[in-house]
Amino acid sequence: MDAQTLSYIFVGLSFALYIGIAFWSRVTSTSEFYVAGGGVHPVVNGMATAADWMSAASFLSVAGLLAFAGRDASVYMIGWTGGYVLLALLLAPYLRKFGRFTVPEFIGDRYYSNVARVVAVICLIFISFTYIAGQMRGVGIVFSRFLEVEINTGVIIGMAIVFFYAVMGGMKGITYTQVAQYCVLIFAFLVPAVYLSIMWTDNPIPQLGFGDILNDGSGLTVLEKLDQVTVELGFTAYTQATRSKIDSLAIVAALMIGTAGLPHVIVRFFTVPKVSDARKSAGYALAFICVMYTTIPAVAAFSRLNLSESVNEIAYAEAPSWVANWENTGLIAWRDKNGDGIIQYRAGKALDPAKPQFTGQRGEYGERVVSNTPTSSTNEIYVDRDIMVMANPEIAQLPNWVVALIAAGAVAAALSTAAGLLLVISSSIAHDLMKRTFMPNITDKQELLSARLAAVAAILVAGWFGINPPAFVAQTVAFAFGMAAASLFPPIVMGIFSKRVNRQGAICGMLTGLVLTVGYIVYFNFLAPELNNAEHWLFGISTTGIGSVGAALNVAVTIVVSRMTSAPPQEVQDMVDDIRIPAGAGVAHHH
Amino acid sequence: MSRNTDPDNVESTGDNTRSSKVYHHDEAENLPPSSQHDSEVLSEENLKSYWRANIKVLITLLGVWAFVSFICGILLGDWLDQFYLGGFPLGFWFTQQGAMLCFVAIIFVYHYWMQHIERAHGVDDDIDSQPAQQPEG
Repeated sequence: MDAQTLSYIFVGLSFALYIGIAFWSRVTSTSEFYVAGGGVHPVVNGMATAADWMSAASFLSVAGLLAFAGRDASVYMIGWTGGYVLLALLLAPYLRKFGRFTVPEFIGDRYYSNVARVVAVICLIFISFTYIAGQMRGVGIVFSRFLEVEINTGVIIGMAIVFFYAVMGGMKGITYTQVAQYCVLIFAFLVPAVYLSIMWTDNPIPQLGFGDILNDGSGLTVLEKLDQVTVELGFTAYTQATRSKIDSLAIVAALMIGTAGLPHVIVRFFTVPKVSDARKSAGYALAFICVMYTTIPAVAAFSRLNLSESVNEIAYAEAPSWVANWENTGLIAWRDKNGDGIIQYRAGKALDPAKPQFTGQRGEYGERVVSNTPTSSTNEIYVDRDIMVMANPEIAQLPNWVVALIAAGAVAAALSTAAGLLLVISSSIAHDLMKRTFMPNITDKQELLSARLAAVAAILVAGWFGINPPAFVAQTVAFAFGMAAASLFPPIVMGIFSKRVNRQGAICGMLTGLVLTVGYIVYFNFLAPELNNAEHWLFGISTTGIGSVGAALNVAVTIVVSRMTSAPPQEVQDMVDDIRIPAGAGVAHHH
Repeated sequence: MSRNTDPDNVESTGDNTRSSKVYHHDEAENLPPSSQHDSEVLSEENLKSYWRANIKVLITLLGVWAFVSFICGILLGDWLDQFYLGGFPLGFWFTQQGAMLCFVAIIFVYHYWMQHIERAHGVDDDIDSQPAQQPEG
């Protein structure tokens, strides 16, 4: 059977499974809709959290990011995973003891203020929508590449599937679907990784294989060979860091704090039965994530080796078939600058602008002609970073069912994250805005209905973003993590560990952190992109790292303003005392 | 977001009346039988020493966390590269494998360490393992 038919079968089967789970886990109360009734086993929750958090980008793009940026991209690995330590130690157990439904709810109650609540809801919605746009687009792209349907059709199919299990099953449906999605995506990621590792080193464990000796008899280790090859081609050595220390520190801190402040991740810890389960569950979540995240650097190293070895100085006509296959989808482009018919892979951009613009004609050797201006670099080939994962099965000459598996895995990664984000958006609208702020008298049934309607509306908006992706999609990671770090994480942590911080402090702090971070990112990415370099940055910190400065400023402002104003009321201080003690956490409930 | 003080003031008066109501209400419902056990069995002193022990755990483990990520991963990364772990330069290994493995270990150590401290102070949540009997409010 060909890869495409198999992809249809695999993706179809996975969809059938998700819909089946949706029917089995229909919900009837808001408690089930928001937090799955609070009865999710910690291991199950850990697995669901892992799927929730690992997005289409984790599955498709991070390996490519690492392959091309080498050690410089390691900051993402440390930053994204290190955030779970903060989450487990500083947030999860206390928020579980607090025992409600949403993140803004904690901020609103702890700071006895609807202003704080609404600010938190606005941050949450903004973070979640910037994130979700990329997921919906991701579903569409996977469909278009593996199943050859229009991107927009793919987005609509994805919306329909998420609609089914998020609207019907709420958190309960999402949790169990995410468990299934984790299994699909991890299997899909590991199979080609194991094959690649065997192909280069005979070692079946990729995490060890990429530190092993190559099986080509050269006696070099994988990393030595990579350093050698990259330097020969004019790049910085693969294991060499080039980013400034201060910027690296700021980025790692911003990504860690941002990860710990992502509402769709935090809310997963409301679903376990006990406080101690919240801690254990965070450990399992990170362990499940690390199964994939420790494999990614190995995949990156092997793919980079593949690319340099099987493409460079090879005549186009004799290049492996995957080159032409991916050229047809526009992810590879070749422009024969020196007219020798041989592909030269070197440091530097091959084309200007960087993305190829195909004219629709074929050149002398059968390559797709691009209309981009050739750059002065001797590099002749453009390679999209997503290819590092998607082309792996072909590069490693794996059977077609592995290609199909990658398709199903990528769709699973995108859908699980999209669903988690949709849920926090709809719970915040129904619970924080309606029930807790503007319409306190609605019944549980009405609130459940409005949560479902909010989910429908959120899916439509997300789908619209997927079909008309905003131009800033590439910067959304900086945006989402920066905002989460600068606005949501500090007031939650301070609300738990200090009884003195009060409403005035928290509101001023959140707004300061937010204004600085958003202002900085908007200024350098949109208003003055020509100034976006280390010379003009504040302390040499890039837009990706600015969230850490925002968070620090948020903390400072909160403390100073709280000191100058009166202490929080006694009831609030008692509440803080209560959430510090693990005993006595009931199921999340209404009041 | 407007930062003008007017709506804030209007909100805050509204908040005050609301919040006192909310918390009374909560306390009645949010403190099931197990919390009465809190107030009877747990002395003020015991709770304080539990919280101090907790903070000590956090400082220790966050110290390890910062060490493996910020120090080994970034600041000392180049220096550590002179040592090897199999075929990995050590600094490089920390950034792409080691730090992540340490993070997982830190969280599990935290879980078991806290469980131990909580049992010693009698504030553990072992008794709430049966499903909560809370009716919908």
